[in-house]
Amino acid sequence: MTYAVSGGFGFGRRHVRAVDGVSLRIGAGEAWGLVGESGSGKSTLGRAMLGLEKASAGRVRFEGRSVTDGLPSDIAALRARTAMIFQDPYASLNPRQSVGECIAEVLRVHAKVPASTVTARVNELLVRVGLSAEHASRRPQALSGGQCQRVGIARALAVEPRLIVADECVAALDVSIQAQIVNLLMDLHRRMGLAILFIAHDLAVVRRICDRVAVMYLGRIVETGPTQAIFERPMHPYTAALIGAIPEIDPDRPLPTDALGGEPPSPMSVPAGCAFHPRCGQARPECRHGPAPAFRHRGDRAFACVLHDHDDDELSPHRDRRSVAT
Amino acid sequence: MTLLHVRDLTIEDRAGAALVDGVSLSMRAGEILGLVGESGSGKTITCRALMRLLPGQGLAIRGGEIRFDGADVLAYSEAQMRAVRGRHIGMIFQNPASHMNPVMTVGRQIAEGRRLHFGASRREARGHAVELLRQVGIPDPARRVDHYPHEFSGGMLQRAMIAVALACEPRLLIADEPTTALDVTVQMQILRLLQDLRDRLGLAVIFITHDLGVVAQTCDRIAVMYAGRLCESGGKRDVLAAPLHPYTQGLIDCQPSSEGGVGPMPTILGQPPVASRFPAGCRFHPRCGHATAQCEAGQPSMRMAAGADGHSVACHHAADRPRAVTRPDRDAIASA
Repeated sequence: MTYAVSGGFGFGRRHVRAVDGVSLRIGAGEAWGLVGESGSGKSTLGRAMLGLEKASAGRVRFEGRSVTDGLPSDIAALRARTAMIFQDPYASLNPRQSVGECIAEVLRVHAKVPASTVTARVNELLVRVGLSAEHASRRPQALSGGQCQRVGIARALAVEPRLIVADECVAALDVSIQAQIVNLLMDLHRRMGLAILFIAHDLAVVRRICDRVAVMYLGRIVETGPTQAIFERPMHPYTAALIGAIPEIDPDRPLPTDALGGEPPSPMSVPAGCAFHPRCGQARPECRHGPAPAFRHRGDRAFACVLHDHDDDELSPHRDRRSVAT
Repeated sequence: MTLLHVRDLTIEDRAGAALVDGVSLSMRAGEILGLVGESGSGKTITCRALMRLLPGQGLAIRGGEIRFDGADVLAYSEAQMRAVRGRHIGMIFQNPASHMNPVMTVGRQIAEGRRLHFGASRREARGHAVELLRQVGIPDPARRVDHYPHEFSGGMLQRAMIAVALACEPRLLIADEPTTALDVTVQMQILRLLQDLRDRLGLAVIFITHDLGVVAQTCDRIAVMYAGRLCESGGKRDVLAAPLHPYTQGLIDCQPSSEGGVGPMPTILGQPPVASRFPAGCRFHPRCGHATAQCEAGQPSMRMAAGADGHSVACHHAADRPRAVTRPDRDAIASA
C-alpha cells in the first residue's frame, strides 16, 4: 500500500496553499505521526489522503488505486478500507443515534456482515475497544468523553480498515483517559497490522506510538524519518524547537530560554525562501530568498533545510535535556 | 504574607451534591500555585468561587471561608464584591476568542477596567493600554491597541487577555487552562510571560491545568484535586518527585515522557466519577490499586506528611507505602 501526495489546495478566491507539494508514502502496517503547529496543514493532508478534501494538483494513491481522480468504484474501495477518528468525540457522533445504531449503520452500508449477525458484530466491536454490549443502547450524551472516543474507534474498526487517520484523537481527553486510548490504538495497530496516521501536536505521544514521523510547517513537510532518529537528532531547526518545547515533568528543568519566538505566519502570506526563516535562529542569507530549500535525503531520513552541509553538524537541544535528567 | 486563605470551601449544586468538598488552600504574594485535576474535579468552580462568580445551575457556597488579603470575601455585599472583582483578582481563560468582546477594540477592553476602577480619563486609559500591550509582548502596541480581537492570532489574543486582566494591577491572577488551546511553542512563550509578570509585579497566580509538565516548569506549589476534593498539596519538588497519593502518582505515570519509552503506557483504570455519583469513602478508591476496606468506609482527611514542609495528603495509606519515586531519573532529582 502506498501513498504519494503532491500538490496544493486552492480554497476560496485567494487560493491559500494549505498543503503545498507534499509527498508521503505510508507502508502497510506502519504507524506514522504527523506533527506541526495549528494551521500547518496536517488535518488537510490527512483528509486529502482519504479523499475528503480535493487536491488541486498532485495525486493520492491508495493500494494502487487513484484517490484524487479515481472512478466512483475506486472511491468506494477506498471508503471500505480506510477510516478516520476525529478530535471531538461528541461532535463526531450523531446525538440522536444510539451507539449500537451508529456502528451498525457502517456495517450495513459496507455490507460487512449478514443482516442477522449485525448485532453480534456490534457487540464484538464494542468489547474490542474496551466497552461492553450494554453500551450499544446508550446515546452519546450518556457517555463520557473517553467512552465516546472508544465508540469512534469501534466505528472506524467496523469497516475493517487497512489505514486509519486519527486526527488529534486524544487532545480533548483527560490525561488518564488519553493513555488508555493511546494504548488501545497501539494494541490495534500491532494486532491487526493496521496502518495509522496519527495527527497530533503532542510530540511525546507521537514518540511513544509511531514508527515514523513527518513534521509539517506552513503546508510543507520539513522533515521525515524514523521516530527514534528524529527525536535523538532533529535535523530541521523547527523540529528541534518543537521537541524542546515539550513540557516535561521535571521540576528542575526551567522553561527553555531559546524557545521559538513568534507564531507561524498566515498561510495567506508564506515568507519567501524557507518559510521558517523569520523564526529560525540559524537562518542564513540564502534562506531568505528563492524557492523553499530542497528535500535532502540522508539514509531513511529527509529534511528541507540548508544546514548540515557537513555530517558532523550537531543540532540538538536534546543533549542538554538528557544531561539534566542523569 | 498570606494573600489568599481558603478553608473548608464546600460548593453544592441544587441536588445537594458537593462539587467542591472541604477544599483548603493558602497562597502568598508572588507565588504560582498549580491547581491540577481532570475535568469535573472542581478546580474551575473552586477558582470561580474565589471571585464569587459561580456559573448557573444553582451552585452555591455551602460552607467554608475565603479570606483575601485578610478580608472575608463571603461576607462582602454584591457592590463590595464588584470593587474586588477585576480590581484585585483578575482572571484569564482557556479560549481568549470567546472571552473577549468581538465588537470592541482590544484597547478599549483593556481600558474599561482602568476607567471603572481608577476613574482614569479616556486618554490616560488608552496610554495605559498601549503600555500594557507592550509589557505582554505585543509588537507595535500603538497600532494594535485599535485592532479588534479577530485581527489577533490565538497566542497574541491570549497576551491581550492577560493585558486586560492586568489593567487594574491585581494582586492575584487566576489562569484557567490559559495555554491548553495553544501550540506548544506559543504555550512556552505564554508560560514565560506569566513567570516574568510574577517576578516583576509580585503577582500571585493560580494556574489551573491538567498538564503536569506545565506545572513542573512554571509553578512553585501544586494542589491536586480529584472529584471535588483536594488529595495532595505541597511544594512542586515534593509532590512531583515523591508523590504520596496514588492518584498523583498515576497522573505522573500516564503522562508520556519526551524521552520515549516502550510498551503500553501506564494508565489509571476507569474514569473520573460524575458529581451526582461520587463514591463513598475515599472518592478515588474504585480506581486505586491500593484500596482497602478502610478506603471504602471513610473519607481520609488532609494530613501533613512526615518530614516534608507543607506537603499534605489525603490518603489512609500514605504512611504505609514507601515514598515512591516515579521514574528512574527522579532519584537524582529527589536527592538533589
